[in-house]
Order: sequence, then structure tokens, then C-alpha cells
Amino acid sequence: MSDATFRPATEETPLTRRILIGLAVAGLGVLVFAPLIAVFVEALRDGVIVVVESLGSRDAWSAIKLTLTIAAISVPLNAIFGVSAAWFITKFDFRGKAFLITLIDLPFSVSPVVAGLCIVLTFGANSAIGAWLVDNGYPIVFAMPGIILATMFVTFPFVARELIPVMIEQGRAEEEAALTLGAGGWRVFRTVTLPNIRWALLYGVLLCNARAMGEFGAVAVVSGKIRGETATIPTTIEMLYQEYLSVAAFTLAAVLALLALVTLVLKTLLELRHADQLAATHRP
Amino acid sequence: MHIEIDEISKQFGTTAALHPVSLAIPSGALVALLGPSGSGKTTLLRILGGLEYPTSGRVLFDGQDATGLTVQERRAGFVFQSYALFRHMTVFDNIGYGLNARPRATRPQKAEIARRVTKLLDLIQLPDIGARYPSQLSGGQRQRVALARALAIEPRMLLLDEPFGALDAKVRKELRQGLRDIHDTTGLTTVFVTHDQDEAMELADLVVVMSMGRIEQIGKPGDIRARPATAFVRDFISA
Repeated sequence: MSDATFRPATEETPLTRRILIGLAVAGLGVLVFAPLIAVFVEALRDGVIVVVESLGSRDAWSAIKLTLTIAAISVPLNAIFGVSAAWFITKFDFRGKAFLITLIDLPFSVSPVVAGLCIVLTFGANSAIGAWLVDNGYPIVFAMPGIILATMFVTFPFVARELIPVMIEQGRAEEEAALTLGAGGWRVFRTVTLPNIRWALLYGVLLCNARAMGEFGAVAVVSGKIRGETATIPTTIEMLYQEYLSVAAFTLAAVLALLALVTLVLKTLLELRHADQLAATHRP
Repeated sequence: MHIEIDEISKQFGTTAALHPVSLAIPSGALVALLGPSGSGKTTLLRILGGLEYPTSGRVLFDGQDATGLTVQERRAGFVFQSYALFRHMTVFDNIGYGLNARPRATRPQKAEIARRVTKLLDLIQLPDIGARYPSQLSGGQRQRVALARALAIEPRMLLLDEPFGALDAKVRKELRQGLRDIHDTTGLTTVFVTHDQDEAMELADLVVVMSMGRIEQIGKPGDIRARPATAFVRDFISA
């Protein structure tokens, strides 16, 4: 298509193309890159030593550990729930399917703060269940279980939402074929379903992980933000910022941003490594 | 294997996909279920394969009631309309899937599986494509791989859903003969679904014409051509 007078119908004119690219770059620059760079610049304003010092503080360290623990528990659980929900919704016909899909989407539409309050109301010391649990030494609110519940609620849709369209598109034929070849349900899932959805599952898990580490609203309500105990990275950042400890706040913010970047890099590496496989197994 | 369908009906919600139908398929026959879309032919095939359960009626294999058998227990070699090859596996692994899925006690050794897969690749006359992925095959090659995969489990019968539906006319003709040859060498009772009367008439020993969930006529291709039993059959085969 070197002839300039003949342009494919789907191709824009050079001017339109330049404008579109310009808009995209400007948008990304203002909304994504500039703030990201600002975070790192702000964190390093007083030099590396201050950064190391503020990271070495007991509270910062406890927040990082707590956030990683929360993600390590809630992401795998949500991956399992998400796969089960997507499997159930796409492979079976039943009444109330639309309702179930709406229910899965609920965390997207409910404000995290409201979700947090619901958990406090249900499991707090003022409720019957909460009082019983506290009496028996298993407090939910202002403790790790509450934070995990809040995080899982907020991140619940990510895996299922990523999987459902893929599984609908793939249909049931391959699973049925495996059944006729004598495979049992679990084997079909392991050898046919799971390999077919692994990329969507990976994306879902990565998104879920990023959000789980970054969740603020619901966790802020449920955790009580007790320093060194129930304060996560995002809630600690907010507290430090409120106290005008901006270097400490931005240092921790940089850590959170770095964790997100690590996830992205991991995803890209996996894609590069399996590029040939991706191409070969994609539906022609 | 002799197959008997005894007053099978199938209801999807409030719509009847199959009114009670009965049909006897002699052992070793090559049978076409012929009809327009929505005639219930695919539903009947899926009931035979155990992918759907009938609302009422019985299926008998060699005189034994098989209605309650699970899809795995039926050991039906099933070829799906769009072939449903496992896209993340090589052709070799696709064909070997059924043998690998057997319980440990009856699962052949790795070398034995490889030997059988190679033999099946020879049977479908595609000896060199074992390492390829389904997306790298032509439509006709995919169909033959699906056939080989179904044959690998040493099925008791062969069930094919529109096996030539997605192919162009020339490949279609070639593969018709291919299916006939495989049927004749294996001697398997074979049932295939089609909406193409030429295909049914040319290939099958016995043609079952279906419409609106009912069987309109059962007969040899020549008999159906010479003496259509109903106005529907006359219209359909002359179309």
C-alpha cells in the first residue's frame, strides 16, 4: 500500500492520525506519567538516606508487610471464587443467571466506603455475630480478617469479569469433546478449560492484585487504621500525608507504585515468553 | 453395535425438540439423519452420545438399556460440527487425549499411545502433522484430525454432527469418500447429521428424514427418492 492516493478504507488520514496519537500521548502524559514521576521525585526530594530511613521505620515496615499479606490471602481466594463463578455462569443454564451476574458486578457500583460500613455493621462488636466472635477471640473488625473481607469484596469482580466473556466466546464444545473422549469433570477442567482461560485468568489476577494492594476506602473504614497493626500501605500514606510528613508519605506511595509496576513487568515478560504459544492457540 | 431408539422425546423448557421417535440402527450401518435446522436431528445425535438426556424413552445398545449411561461410559466417538479440537494441544496430543484420559489401570503405556496415534495419523492420511496446532491446519485437515481423535478411544459407534458443514464443495466430496472408507475399514455403526440431501443420499446406507422433531421417513436412499412418504420429504429431497 505504498501508493499514497489509494488508502485502505479503514485507515485514517495522516492529520487525523496525528491528532489521535497526540491526544492519546497527552492524556497518558498528564494523567499517568506526570503523577507517577512526581511521586518518585517527591519521595527522593531529600535524598536517598531519608527514603531508607522512612522505609526502615516500624510503621512503614508493618504497613508493607500487612498489605502484602492481605494481597497474598485475598487474591488466591478471589481467583478460586472468580473461576468457579465464571465456570458456573458460562457452562450451565439456570434460572437467575442474570441476577447472579449483577451480583458479581455489585462491588463495582457500590462505593468501597459503603462496603466497609456494611462489614462493620455485620461483624462489628455491636452486632450479634460480631459480639460472639469478639468474645471468642476472633475479632473481625479492626483486625486482619475484616481487612481481608473488605479487600475481597472490592476485588471480587476482577477475575470473574475477565473470564466470563472469554469462556462465553469459547463455548462448551471443547469440554464436551473431552467428555466424549472419556475424561471426567476435574480432568476436563484441568486439561481443557484451564489452559484455554489461563491468559484471561492471569490478567484478572494481576488486576485483582493491583487493586487489593491499593484499596483504601473499604479498608480505611474496617481496619480502624491502627498504626503498626492494621494500617495498610494506602491508609498509612494518607495518615502520613495528613500529618505533613510528605517525604514519608511519598516514599510509601512510591513503594506502592513500584509494586504495581512489578506486576505490569511480570505480565509483559510472561507475554513475551509465551508469544508464540499465544499466537498458535488463538482461535483462527 | 446395534442401536435402538425407543420412543425418545426431548423437551427444552416449553418447546419440544423431539416428539417421541423410534428408530432401529443395524450393527455396522452408515446412517444419515437428514433434515432442516430445528428438525431435532442434532438433539437425537447428542442423546445417543450421552451429551443430552431424553425427557422420556430409552436408548438400547445391543439390546442393553443404555439410557442411564454417562457420556464417558457410552464410548461414542463424537465428531463435533466445528470439530472442537483442543486448540492449546498439538494434533498428536489431541488424538492421544482419550487414551491419556483412561483410568491408570487401563491406560496404555506412553510408547503404545504414540504408536496408536501414529497409526491413526496414517489412517487419515496426514502422517506429518502431529506436531502442529489446530490453528495451523486447513478445514479438511481439522475434520480428519477430529475423526482420528474420536477413533482413538476405540469407540463402540461413531457419531458425527454435520461433519462436512464447514468445508468447501471440493474438499467435501473428497472427505465423503474418506468417511465411507473409514466406516468400511472399521465396521463401526456410524450416524451422521446433515442438512444436505445429496450428502445423505450418496453416503448413507439408511437415511432418516426428520422435520419439526419427528421422523418423516426411514429408508434406503433409493427408496426415499422413488417413494417419498410425505409431502415434506418430497419437497425436501427435490429442493
